Amino acid sequence: MKISFTINGEAKSVEVSDGNSPLLWAIRDGLDLKGTKFGCGKAACGACTIHVDGNAVRSCSFPAKLAEGKEITTIEGLSKDGKTHPVQQAWIDEVVPQCGYCQPGFIMATAAMLDKIPNPTDEDIDKNIINVCRCGTYYRMRKAIHRAAKMNGNTDVQ
Amino acid sequence: MAKKDKPKSKSRRKFLIRGGLGTLGVLALGTYVFRNPMRRMTLEMIETMVPPYSGTGTEANLWFEITTDNNLILHQPKVEMGQGTFTGLAQIVSDELDMNISQITVTAAETATGIVDGMSTGGSLSVAQLWTPLREMAATMREFIKIEGAKKMGVDASSLSTADGILSGGGKTMSYAEAIADLKEFNLPKTPELRPVKNYKNVGKPIPRIDLTPKVMGDPIFGMDVEMPDMLHATVIRPEHVGASLKSADTSNAEKMPGVVKIMKKDGWVGIIANSFAEALAAKNKVTVEWDIPKKWSDEDLKEYLKIGQGNKQITQKKGSALDEEGEGVINMEFRSPIGAHAQIEPNGAVAYVKDGKATIKLSTQVIGVTQKQVAEALGMDNEDVNVIGTYLGGGFGRRLNTAHAVKAAQMSIEVGKPVKYFFTRKEEFQNDLFRPPTHHIMRGKMNGDKLEALEHHYASGDVAMNSVIFPAAMGTILGSDVGASRGGSIMYGKIANRRSVQWHRTLPFATSWWRSLGLLANTFAIESFIDEMAINAGKNPVDFRLSMLGEEENQKRIRKVIEEAAAKGNYTDKATGNRAMGFAASIDANAPCAHVVEVSVDGNKVRVEKVTCVLDSGLIVNPDQVRAQCEGSIIMGISAALHEEMYLKDGRLFPINYGSYDMALMKHSPKEIDVHLVQGAENPLPVGEPPLGPIAAAIGNALKRITGKRLTELPMKV
Ligand code: FES
Ligand code: FES
Repeated sequence: MKISFTINGEAKSVEVSDGNSPLLWAIRDGLDLKGTKFGCGKAACGACTIHVDGNAVRSCSFPAKLAEGKEITTIEGLSKDGKTHPVQQAWIDEVVPQCGYCQPGFIMATAAMLDKIPNPTDEDIDKNIINVCRCGTYYRMRKAIHRAAKMNGNTDVQ
Repeated sequence: MAKKDKPKSKSRRKFLIRGGLGTLGVLALGTYVFRNPMRRMTLEMIETMVPPYSGTGTEANLWFEITTDNNLILHQPKVEMGQGTFTGLAQIVSDELDMNISQITVTAAETATGIVDGMSTGGSLSVAQLWTPLREMAATMREFIKIEGAKKMGVDASSLSTADGILSGGGKTMSYAEAIADLKEFNLPKTPELRPVKNYKNVGKPIPRIDLTPKVMGDPIFGMDVEMPDMLHATVIRPEHVGASLKSADTSNAEKMPGVVKIMKKDGWVGIIANSFAEALAAKNKVTVEWDIPKKWSDEDLKEYLKIGQGNKQITQKKGSALDEEGEGVINMEFRSPIGAHAQIEPNGAVAYVKDGKATIKLSTQVIGVTQKQVAEALGMDNEDVNVIGTYLGGGFGRRLNTAHAVKAAQMSIEVGKPVKYFFTRKEEFQNDLFRPPTHHIMRGKMNGDKLEALEHHYASGDVAMNSVIFPAAMGTILGSDVGASRGGSIMYGKIANRRSVQWHRTLPFATSWWRSLGLLANTFAIESFIDEMAINAGKNPVDFRLSMLGEEENQKRIRKVIEEAAAKGNYTDKATGNRAMGFAASIDANAPCAHVVEVSVDGNKVRVEKVTCVLDSGLIVNPDQVRAQCEGSIIMGISAALHEEMYLKDGRLFPINYGSYDMALMKHSPKEIDVHLVQGAENPLPVGEPPLGPIAAAIGNALKRITGKRLTELPMKV
C-alpha cells in the first residue's frame, strides 16, 4: 500500500508491503533517510526516535499506516532554514558522540522534550530521556541538554 | 599522486611486513615458554607492552592521498568505533606533515588499500601502536613532497618551509598537490628525524572529534546504512538454544510469502532473502524448524561447570610461597561475575556483493583482514579477490573481533546474484553474542600484624583470547593460559612478599570472547574488594593500606602516583555519612594505571553513583578531551556491569533478549559529576579505552560496604 505524509517539510509517498510494518523501514529503506537507526525493533532502545506531529515516537514500533497524513521530522530535517538546531549545536559544543549510532535518537528525544519542557531539571531529563547509549555518553548528554535549553534557538549554521 | 591509484593485487606482495614482537613474535619463543617461569614472564610482557604495529602496507605513499584541491585523505588500518582514534591519527599526521586538521579526512580500513592490520582494531592500541610509524611516514611524506616541489619550483629543498599543505621558499609558494601532481614514481627519501613532541601544535590539544558533524546530523556512515544498487534484504535463522544445531526446516509456507526472493538452506542454516527487511522477517516467522539440542543448560549447570578446580589450571603469577587454604589466620573470600553481553546498539551485519569472481563486503568490523580470509576461504576465492571495506562502527567493545557473518551475506549474494544486506535482530544479538565469560574467584590472604603477608587470586573463566579468530591457536598451548582472562588477574602490589594468581580455564558451551577490558573488570572487582576488606580488618585507611604495599620500581611509582592523586582530588574519606560513602579502588592494565574514587548513595534498594573522580596514567596524551571521553564511557559501562547487567541461562536458552530486560545503565544511573585527571608517567601514548574499566566495580562495592556494612561479592551488586 501507498502511504503519504510530510517528512522534513516535503510531501512524500512511500510504498510499503504491509501497512502494519514499521514506519522505520519505510523511512530508512523506502525514502533512504538513514539517520533514523535500527537498534532493537521493539521500542526498547530509542535509536529509531523520530517526531510525528511534534511527538517523539519510536518508529520501529509505529505502524507505517498510522503515518498517513502526518507531519514527520527525522534527524535529517531537524535543522531548518540554514540554522543548526540548538540541540545539535549543543551536542557539537559538548563533543557528545562516541560511536554516534545512538545519537540521532537521543537528539530527537531531547528536541521533543525541550518543546514541552523548555528548561528541564535533572529529574526531568532522567524521566524523559530513556534511550540506551552503550558508549556511555550520558554524562556529556546531560550537559548538552542543559546547554541546548539555554541556547533557546539562536544559533547559526557554521 | 594527486589521486592515488589503488595498488594492484600483485604489488601487495612487496609491502613491508613488520615482524611484530606481538603475540606472533612471542610464538617463536615457544619451546622455551613451555617452562612455567618463562610462561609467566611472557604473560607479564604481553600485559605490559604495546605490541608494535604488525600490519602490511607501511609505505608512506599508500597512506597519504593528496587530492587535487590540496586536501589529504588518510588511508590507514584501523576503524572508528567511538574511541576517537581517527581524530588522534589526524592530529599526529597534521603535526608531522604540516597540514591543517580541517584538510584531513580519515577513511576506515579497507583491505584493497593494502594497509591491513596484523591483528585488529582493539586492545585500546590504535593510537599507541601507530604513534611512531605514523609520525615516521608523515615526516617521510613531507620530505618527499618538499623534494618534488623543490624540483618544480627550481629552488633548493632545504630552503623550503611547510605549513597548511603549502611549500614556501625563495619568494615562491606551491601547494602539496601541485608539488606531486602527475608523478609516476615515488622514490621515497629516508625518514627524516622526527620533531620533538613539545613542538607539536595539535598533538596534546583537545581538538574536537573530526567525525562530530556527521554523527550529530545523522549521516549514513555506519555498516547498517550501506546501500548498493538493486540490493536485497536478508535474515538468517539462528538457534535459540545453546549448542543447538539445525535438524530440519520446512520452508514451504515461507516461500509463498510476499516479497520473498529466495530461501536457501546451507550447512545448517537457513537464509531468507526478500525485497525488504520487513518481508524477510515476516517470511522467517513462517519457517518451521526442528533443532537438535544436545543439552538444556541451566544457570546451576553452568555454576557447576565453571568454577575453581575445573578445567585447565595454570599459575599466572608466583612469588614466594603458597598459602594453605585452611591455615591459621588465612582468610578466604569468594567472588563471581555473570555472563555479560556486548549490547552494542548497531546490530551485526554485512552488505555483500559477489560478482564475476570478486566479492565486495562492507560492514562494521574490527577485523577487516580476518574477515577477508574467512570470506575468501568459504567462497574458494583468493584473498585479493575479496575486498572488505570497513565503515564507522555503531560500537565495537570487542564484539566485532569476529565478523564471520560476512560469509553468510556473501553466500546469499551468490545465490541471488545481487547485493544482499543481512543483519541480526536484537534477539539474535543477545542469544548469539560472543559473551563476556562468567567468572569465579577465590581470594585468599593472610595478615602479619597490619601488613598483608600473602595474597592469592584464584580465578576461573571461559574463553577470552582462546579459540578466537584473532589469536593464534598455538598460543593457548604455549602459554598454557588464556591471556585475555588473565588481564588484571595479577596482584600489582610489589611489597606483598607472597603473591600468586592461578587461572582455571574452561571453554563454555556457548561462545565467549573479548568484552571491553577482558578479564580486567571481574579480576579487579575480586582483588580490590578483598584488599579493601583486608584494610578494614587491619583498621587501616584503604588508601594508606594500598600505598604501604607498593615498592620503588618504575611501575610501582606510577601506580602510587595515580592512587595518591585520586585520593587527593577526590577528597577521599573512608567514613560514611548517613546513606552516602566513598569507595576507592585501583588497577593497572596494559601498563596504564588507573584509580577511582566513587561517591555512592543508597536509597532503599536503589544505588546511585553520584560522583566519580578518575585518575589515569596512559602516558603521552594525544587528545585530552577524547581520553576523558573514554574514561567517562568506561566508567558508565563499568557502572552498568557493576550494578545492572546479567545474562542467565534458562531451559537451555540465554536471556534476556532485549534492552530493558537486559538491564543497563541509563541516563538516570549516570553520575552527574565525572572528574577525570590525566597524569603522564610515560613518554609515549599507552592504551586508554579499557584501563578505566578496571577499578569501577570494586570502588562501588567498597563504598557500599561502608554504607550497608555488607560485602557484596557478586556482580551485578544488589543491596
Ligand atoms: S530500534 Fe526502535 S526502540 Fe530500538
Ligand atoms: S555513542 Fe555509541 S551508543 Fe551512544
